[in-house]
Amino acid sequence: MKPLEYHAPGALDDAVRLSAEAGASPLAGGTDLIVQHRMGRVEVAHMVDLKKIPELNVLEFDKKSGLRLGAAVPCAALAECEPIGRLYPSLLEGAELIGSTQIQSRASVGGNLCNGSPAADTICALIVLDAVCVIQGANGSREVAAKDFMTGPGETALNKGELLVEIRVPPPAPLSGNGYLRFIPRNEMDIAVVCVAAHLVFDKDRETCLDAKIAVGAAAPTPLLVEQAGRALIGSKLDEPALKAAAQAASKAVRPIDDARGTAEYRRHMAGVLTRRAVGMAVNRFKESG
Amino acid sequence: MSTKRVVTATINGTDSTLIVDDRMSLLDALRDAAGLTGTKEGCLTGDCGACSVIMNGRLVDSCLVMAPEAEGAIIETVEGLAQGNDLHPLQKRFLEHAALQCGVCTPGFLVAAKDLLDRNPEPTDDEVRYWLAGNLCRCTGYDKILRAVHDAAADLRSSSR
Ligand SMILES: Cc1cc2nc3c(=O)[nH]c(=O)nc-3n(C[C@H](O)[C@H](O)[C@H](O)COP(=O)(O)OP(=O)(O)OC[C@H]3O[C@@H](n4cnc5c(N)ncnc54)[C@H](O)[C@@H]3O)c2cc1C
Ligand code: FES
Ligand code: FES
Repeated sequence: MKPLEYHAPGALDDAVRLSAEAGASPLAGGTDLIVQHRMGRVEVAHMVDLKKIPELNVLEFDKKSGLRLGAAVPCAALAECEPIGRLYPSLLEGAELIGSTQIQSRASVGGNLCNGSPAADTICALIVLDAVCVIQGANGSREVAAKDFMTGPGETALNKGELLVEIRVPPPAPLSGNGYLRFIPRNEMDIAVVCVAAHLVFDKDRETCLDAKIAVGAAAPTPLLVEQAGRALIGSKLDEPALKAAAQAASKAVRPIDDARGTAEYRRHMAGVLTRRAVGMAVNRFKESG
Repeated sequence: MSTKRVVTATINGTDSTLIVDDRMSLLDALRDAAGLTGTKEGCLTGDCGACSVIMNGRLVDSCLVMAPEAEGAIIETVEGLAQGNDLHPLQKRFLEHAALQCGVCTPGFLVAAKDLLDRNPEPTDDEVRYWLAGNLCRCTGYDKILRAVHDAAADLRSSSR
């Protein structure tokens, strides 16, 4: 085994400095990093534990500014923060699909994003909810929209030495609903074949769709915001022609691969099917919200 | 050389001082430095749950925790379940239902089930299944384990009344 040194800085500046060093990897919950390190897929000489840094442990909701989710907060904490399940059910759904109870005790949403998997279970919800990623580097901080955060399989907008500090999610519109689902061959402990999040905003008549966002994951090198699918729904009462057009737009937008979990053709088909279902979930959420 | 350090943690209620290497996992630290070999190693990839322990109130796979992360932590392992010779109701019911064969998965199931029952004294069948989905058993089948957990939950409810 090669040498490894563990660091647990208490200040963000120190973590940024340490993470910029050769062979350094930030450590949040470690459910990707420790496994990848153990399997020899990444070489880590320094693990920089981010869990002692106050900025990365923020979990706050404010009616005006929305949710602030520190990058190192474990998924298990999301269910314990009441407004999340009510206002951002798609985010909670994604977080609760990650691995097992044990994994969710450790896995963070920040790590899920920074790992850069196109099948990551929290990214599609963050895209449709218009989330913003707050990034800190040696030269200050910057913001990147969730939809632009992943740039390729295993690749993100982060430069070496930059850290994701928090994710900000604006408060959803009063007349709205959102939902997330994935398709996997079994019920638990698997990785998405395709996944979709939907976020719908309604007019005062409670039927006409004023705004719609659809994001599809695991079906292209990065998760996709499918603008054509959203456009197909906007202005409609979510009738069959609109749903069909949205599903077709999703199937058309994806660039899936063949692998052990499914063929490209199957994924393309499922992107449409799941788009319909995710829209249905968002409608139900809106109706349940009264 | 990897760094060696002293980690102090409260393990099953006792203040413990462990000498660890930065490459070690909490699982290694528990087994090799603390001599607590009840916690088992299965996959080392977070899939099997044989290494489950409770750390600062959350159920974790100790193979996916670095040993130095345990500094100042409160850790509960399977060794903390029994009070002296008096087995925990979960342990009694696992024995009674023969909810184990080789036993490698058992400590993980016991610790995971204890954490569930501490949070939810009367879980539904679905709740037990989902909570324990990160614990794999390749011998027994899950039915006996489920029945043992439900019976232990009932025991704990009646003894707390
Ligand atoms: C058994 C098992 C099942 C799983 N199932 C799923 C699943 O169903 N769905 C799913 O999406 N994922 C799954 N995963 C993958 C993993 O659990 C998630 O991606 C998790 O959210 C990663 O978070 P983490 O905090 O553990 O990240 P870590 O492993 O700590 O970090 C992940 C990567 O991001 C970097 N990083 C972390 N935080 C930051 C930061 N703030 N700034 C910069 N870089 C950072 C790390 O250096 C590393 O490269 C599973 C993993 C296991 C072991
Ligand atoms: S050994 Fe830790 S989960 Fe399998
Ligand atoms: S009893 Fe052998 S793995 Fe469960």
